[in-house]
Amino acid sequence: MNSIILYTILTLSLLGAVSAMVLYFVAQKFKVFEDPRIDEVESSLPAANCGGCGFAGCRNFAEALVKSENFDNLHCPVGGNETMDIVAKILGRESVEQDPLVAVLRCNGACEFRPKTNHYDGAATCSIESALYGGDTGCQYGCLGLGDCVDVCQFDALHMDPVTGLPVVDDVKCTACGACVKACPKNLFELRKRQKKDRKIYVACMNEDKGGLARKYCSVACTGCTKCFKVCPWEAITMEANLAYIDSEKCRLCRKCVPECPTNAIIEIGFPPRKEKTAEEAVSGSAAENPDVKINQAGEETLKKNIKKEE
Amino acid sequence: MLKTFSRGGVHPPENKLSDSSGIQILPPPQRVTIPLSQHLGVPAKPVVDRGDPVKTGQIIAKGDGFVSSNIHSSVSGKVLKIDNELDPTGYKRPCIVIDVSGDEWQENIDQSANLVKEVNSDSESIISKIQEAGIVGLGGATFPSHVKLSVPRGKTAEYLIVNGVECEPFLTADHALMLEKGKELMIGIQILKKALKVSKALVGVENNKPDAINHLTNLARNHEGIEVLALKVKYPQGGEKQLIKALLNREVPSGGLPVDVGTVAFNVGTVFAAYEAVQKNKPLFERVVTITGISIRNPSNFRVRIGTPISDLIEAVGGIPDDTGKIIMGGPMMGKAIGDVTIPVVKGSSGILLIPEALSKRRKIQSCIRCTKCITVCPMGLEPYLLMPLSQKEMFDRLEENKVLDCIECGSCSYICPADRPLLDYIRLGKANVSKIIRSRKSS
Amino acid sequence: MNKVITVSPSPHIYGDYSVNKLMLGVVIALIPAFVVSVIMYGIGAIIVTFISIGSCVLFEYLIQKYVLKTEVRITDGSAIVTGLLLAFNLPSNLPWWIIIIGSLVAIGIGKMTFGGLGNNPFNPALVGRVFLLISFPTAMTVYPKAQGWNTPYIIAAEDIDTFTGATPLALIKNGIKSGKGVNELLEASGLHYNDLFFGNIGGSLGEIAAFALIIGLIYLLIRKIITWHIPVSIVGSVFFITGALWLFSTEGHEAILNFMNLKLPVIQYQDANATVTLFHMADPVFHVLTGGVMLGAIYMATDYVTSPMLPRGMIIYGVMIGVITVTIRIFGSYPEGISFAILIMNGFTPLINRYVKPKRFGEEVKNG
Repeated sequence: MNSIILYTILTLSLLGAVSAMVLYFVAQKFKVFEDPRIDEVESSLPAANCGGCGFAGCRNFAEALVKSENFDNLHCPVGGNETMDIVAKILGRESVEQDPLVAVLRCNGACEFRPKTNHYDGAATCSIESALYGGDTGCQYGCLGLGDCVDVCQFDALHMDPVTGLPVVDDVKCTACGACVKACPKNLFELRKRQKKDRKIYVACMNEDKGGLARKYCSVACTGCTKCFKVCPWEAITMEANLAYIDSEKCRLCRKCVPECPTNAIIEIGFPPRKEKTAEEAVSGSAAENPDVKINQAGEETLKKNIKKEE
Repeated sequence: MLKTFSRGGVHPPENKLSDSSGIQILPPPQRVTIPLSQHLGVPAKPVVDRGDPVKTGQIIAKGDGFVSSNIHSSVSGKVLKIDNELDPTGYKRPCIVIDVSGDEWQENIDQSANLVKEVNSDSESIISKIQEAGIVGLGGATFPSHVKLSVPRGKTAEYLIVNGVECEPFLTADHALMLEKGKELMIGIQILKKALKVSKALVGVENNKPDAINHLTNLARNHEGIEVLALKVKYPQGGEKQLIKALLNREVPSGGLPVDVGTVAFNVGTVFAAYEAVQKNKPLFERVVTITGISIRNPSNFRVRIGTPISDLIEAVGGIPDDTGKIIMGGPMMGKAIGDVTIPVVKGSSGILLIPEALSKRRKIQSCIRCTKCITVCPMGLEPYLLMPLSQKEMFDRLEENKVLDCIECGSCSYICPADRPLLDYIRLGKANVSKIIRSRKSS
Repeated sequence: MNKVITVSPSPHIYGDYSVNKLMLGVVIALIPAFVVSVIMYGIGAIIVTFISIGSCVLFEYLIQKYVLKTEVRITDGSAIVTGLLLAFNLPSNLPWWIIIIGSLVAIGIGKMTFGGLGNNPFNPALVGRVFLLISFPTAMTVYPKAQGWNTPYIIAAEDIDTFTGATPLALIKNGIKSGKGVNELLEASGLHYNDLFFGNIGGSLGEIAAFALIIGLIYLLIRKIITWHIPVSIVGSVFFITGALWLFSTEGHEAILNFMNLKLPVIQYQDANATVTLFHMADPVFHVLTGGVMLGAIYMATDYVTSPMLPRGMIIYGVMIGVITVTIRIFGSYPEGISFAILIMNGFTPLINRYVKPKRFGEEVKNG
């Protein structure tokens, strides 16, 4: 009995020792030399592997960072400036501060503003619907509501609002990785500069049709009337193809353009309600944030008031 | 034993309701909307301006480059505007809108009904006349015909294939054309044979059109080098590759063209348009369109001016039936559903089909049960059950390996699937994405 | 226009096939076999079949609704087919609680854990059957003697010998082990080939009547529910391999000698006691008609989800099932091997699908 146990222990120990030696030699002989800094940089990255940096995963990005001479065009949107500073320290280079960005949906064509003109019955993804035709409403530029963006967001920052039929961006979770920008076949998402308190002012419309036609199918469309363009003191607004665009770099959030818009196509988010006007007319955020505010009604009234003002 | 293609195919109910209706003429509408892109290739550039008067048959847009096509006015009147209007693509695209007054044709067009038998032009001038006339493939692909007739160096054409198959259910435009314009078709075939410098032409017609087969066979006796063959009724017999396989047992190689196996194929509508262009100086501005559907009281074939809104066609057969659920431009297997009846008839519109509400909605999607029916029916030897999830998961390298670009989008797979899976929807998406990747690979 | 127009991508017409129509077709094809089982085994057949189908459907409903919390899809008919096929693999006197465990394993483990219909790699009915075979070996291998309507469902322990008997395969296998030849075994048991074909033998509910199963096969082929490739390649390979082995057995040697005066060699081997023994084997017709080969080839191996997609792949699959079945029958310890063979080849199906591709149009340039 004892000899069996002794032989067993000896045999297994010998096997273990031989295996360990073989593994050690093989590991040494076939070792791939990698710059150890790559591992260090990689561990400081957020490990989301989202592709927002333009590389296929955090490891590839780490390799690119170590190999490059400076940080031009190398920025991790998820980790932001904090992470780039840490990486800069590891590699002994200068990090370039980049403005944090956030994704914004440039469409406010909810079901109540933009009625359906037909019924789409194909496979439920935006890419297939948009390849077939302009969409089930009269506006061929607007959101289709089938959620390709929601499916592609890895940070749980996009959710479909069942009342409006539009996706809602969670500012806290959004890392501006750009996946939704690529996924949307109508190019409705834009990465805009984050402002303090996550305030935003933007034109929630991409409609290039002439004014009358745009309004016919969506009551909150941008008609290209240029009223906002004329009133902006910072030259932040440009007009192109019957559409206004507010540059987030130039915009100082002065809010002058918002009440000017006759269709409420310009949306302001995160501001306190205006004191000079009644609560009804305060346009705060999309219908998703303030479902009680009947923007359509307010829009009509504001339009009438503004027309009266001009006269 | 009737010839057919060897692999795949389905047999949907034929429903050739408008078979016995001849070709009626639909008078010009009050306003036409003529898109600048009705063909594969670069859109045409307008050569008229707002306010210009135009005559029927006058050129209003010139093709931009070789793979493009001229566009002619189908009416006489005044150009109202050149603007973005809704066209069959489902989007607003640049169109020339003309307000119609009278019907004054260009002076050089021969409007008589005489049959012009002698083909006096040589190969090069035939091709340039066809290019001038803005002729594109009227079977639906709308590929510019002069490009097809210009056989690339290093390849030779042996046969002219004439596609009179019309395999799509419901459509009868080609059938009516073969019955009423058989003599003109024969001359058109000789014209195209001369252009291609071939001596043999094969006309394929599906066996559910025995009157057309007999008529054309009789006419072909008086013409050298034209043979008419009856083919088994099986969808998609009218697909170019399947037609060539059935007639000559030759398979066009993957990624290749019919000319690679010595054949060039044209739809009968295109052949007739070639006759009119070369013998009558008449450019392409009208075509035969079938308007049909189970709920339509008198389904018919009309000769329609390009740019006529669909609503006019529907009114001509008694207005839109109350139970209409879908409006299809084309046939039920490959046609395009449209959401607006202001959309105009274009060069590639072979028919308008109205489907009742009860048959319009798709059934609920279930998971794939791997019954292999989609593989059995695919005429190109693909595996749709696999291509759909590969497309959904964006696995583009495997999609390319599995030859997704060979798909002819015939719809047999989605038609047959017992689990009602939208196979073709995702395969189309996969094709678009893979093509994009290949284009960027080539350019880099 | 007041009506709402629907817009969707082509095609705009749809064929007549649907999942539940296909499943219904399989159920209809199995009716002849069910009728034979009731004629042979009486009330037991009905009880086993209905408990199996009922519990399969119930478990699928409960798991879909309360465990997975997905849509309930019992109307697609696949649970009914699984229940029916599971029942056809069981003896007619199997206690009700064992049947229910079998259904739970078949549906719960064999199908639902993988994601429901279309996602399971192994045939659920076979998963249930093999589980029961391994867990309850005696109950699963003791078959009542066919006595028509009088066959008892509940057989007390003391009556087992009176009312039960072995299947022909088990009879032959055990007999060969104890050194007897096949012909004397068959004579002693009183079995004729007619019995094998028409079902007057012991066995599970579905496997007894070859002719009833063949009627079902013809129905399935006409309705285009299955193709001929899998059944023919399984039965064919079992026939040819057992035939090849049989030629070199004592029985084959004798038969060929009588038939064409040709002396074939006989395989000899050393058995467990190290004595040199002559190889005994039943003839290929016997092998095809007994056991689960017909049931397995026509109904179990042809399950859509777990079998290969291309005809070439199906033939490879079928031939390999035949090889494994014969190996287990002749050289393994179980008398019947087809359940295991099918499950093993189910595991290979994804590999077969990955490498066997259809011939693409335009692969070789053919010139007319």
